[in-house]
Amino acid sequence: MSDTENVVEPEEVRHVADLARIDLDDEEVDRFTEQFADILEYFETLDEVPEVDEEEELANVMRPDEVRDSLSQAEALDNAPESEDGYFKGPNVS
Amino acid sequence: MSTEYNGYITTERIDGASDGPLAGKTVAVKDNISTEGVRTTCGSAMLDDYVPPFDATVVERIKEAGATIPGKTNMDEFGMGTTTETSAFGPTENPVAEGHVPGGSSGGSAAVVAAGDADMALGTDTGGSVRAPAAFCGVVGIKPTYGLVSRYGVVAYANSLEQVGPIAPTVEDAAELLEVIAGPDERDATTRDATEERGEGAYDYAAAADGDVDGLDIGIPMELLDGADERVTDVFWDAIDELESRGASYHEVDLECLRYAVEAYYVTAMSEASSNLARFDGVRYGQSGGYDGNWNETFARAREEGFGEEVKSRILLGTYALSAGYHDKYYKKAQDARAWIKRDINDALEGADVLASPTMPVPPMEMGESLSDPLTMYLADANTTPVNLANLPAISVPAGETDGGLPVGLQLVGPAFGEKAIIRAGSALA
Repeated sequence: MSDTENVVEPEEVRHVADLARIDLDDEEVDRFTEQFADILEYFETLDEVPEVDEEEELANVMRPDEVRDSLSQAEALDNAPESEDGYFKGPNVS
Repeated sequence: MSTEYNGYITTERIDGASDGPLAGKTVAVKDNISTEGVRTTCGSAMLDDYVPPFDATVVERIKEAGATIPGKTNMDEFGMGTTTETSAFGPTENPVAEGHVPGGSSGGSAAVVAAGDADMALGTDTGGSVRAPAAFCGVVGIKPTYGLVSRYGVVAYANSLEQVGPIAPTVEDAAELLEVIAGPDERDATTRDATEERGEGAYDYAAAADGDVDGLDIGIPMELLDGADERVTDVFWDAIDELESRGASYHEVDLECLRYAVEAYYVTAMSEASSNLARFDGVRYGQSGGYDGNWNETFARAREEGFGEEVKSRILLGTYALSAGYHDKYYKKAQDARAWIKRDINDALEGADVLASPTMPVPPMEMGESLSDPLTMYLADANTTPVNLANLPAISVPAGETDGGLPVGLQLVGPAFGEKAIIRAGSALA
């Protein structure tokens, strides 16, 4: 495991932040770039793990599709920062 | 009610039914568990004015059992931490070791119990978040078998790993609270009926706290002692001596797979977190930031403001681990490690009634000590994370104190739905 191989570039951090929809300021990008290099290098030890067959007994859990009580429209909207005419209101699509 | 140690985020009293098995008892609830009409913040600025319109199933059950909820307890933001220092509402202090952390992420729940501000508490345990603070605060914490307790109404962090668990001063009290919250829930399809696994009486946890360890066979995975602080292992072996003097015996077991547990845990948990926390976009709930313009940019700015540093870090690392080109390298390998750990721990439990180790490999850190270095903090989870990866039950009981007076916890791990075995064994010590 060579050190140079694991270096994380600031651009990678920006790209992932973009995928995750989180803005970062420059200082955060620098800090995460440094931290992630250490953490990802540590995760590399997983390379040593052999492939293991899972003998999981999985079963689908289904219930009948019945009408049941649910939140009222007002309750569902209660925590929304903005709503209009019974709908959630998001930012404008520009 | 004392708020000296910053154990509570909200101190709004919620009354339960007038009688029931928990009548007259106060049960504090971690702030990532929904309480109808009472704000539930997850320790995050993102949710600082979020008021759930419904109760989590566990909250419904403790209210029906007669408990009074004295408030919502402080926690690492979204359950992400081992010290309860990443809360947007400030860190909690350890009431029995002042100047030290209470452990996390259910540090508020353990602290209010240790300080006597609540009789019992509920926490959630994704990688040790009930057991770590129980160990650091000198109280009892149980992480139930995956599927024993409903997660309906619990704000999801890494839902293939997490369970709600009780914290209390004694094993019997913790068992009594577990008895109230355990059992299937039609609103959480991952719950299972313990009687199908263990037959009649499967839920009689409090009665199992009889302290009888005569004939108990304990397996000790030496991997979990190798890296531990000597101050901790000294107390651990004294506790094992105590169990031996009461008729238990022990043998060493070798579980090489455990060396990969922390990495497998963090890759899995961060990956699930990156997906679960995508719902916080400030439209249906949470901080909106009030920006306008392109959707993605607007959400990104709201999330930048609403989330703390540890949460952002884990979402980004999880996104990275799942992104094109890295999935096989990190996520898939973590699942292989998880399958290996599951298989080998279950094998070890064929040859032992319970497995024992220190709960935490270190005594409670000083406040502020581990924050600057996330890796140090992650490594403290070495002994607790294998249990979540294997979906098994475990208990942390007070084992004693170091020479410097810092609490040390003993962890006992049992087979799936074998809560009675770990409760019985643990009750010999607390």
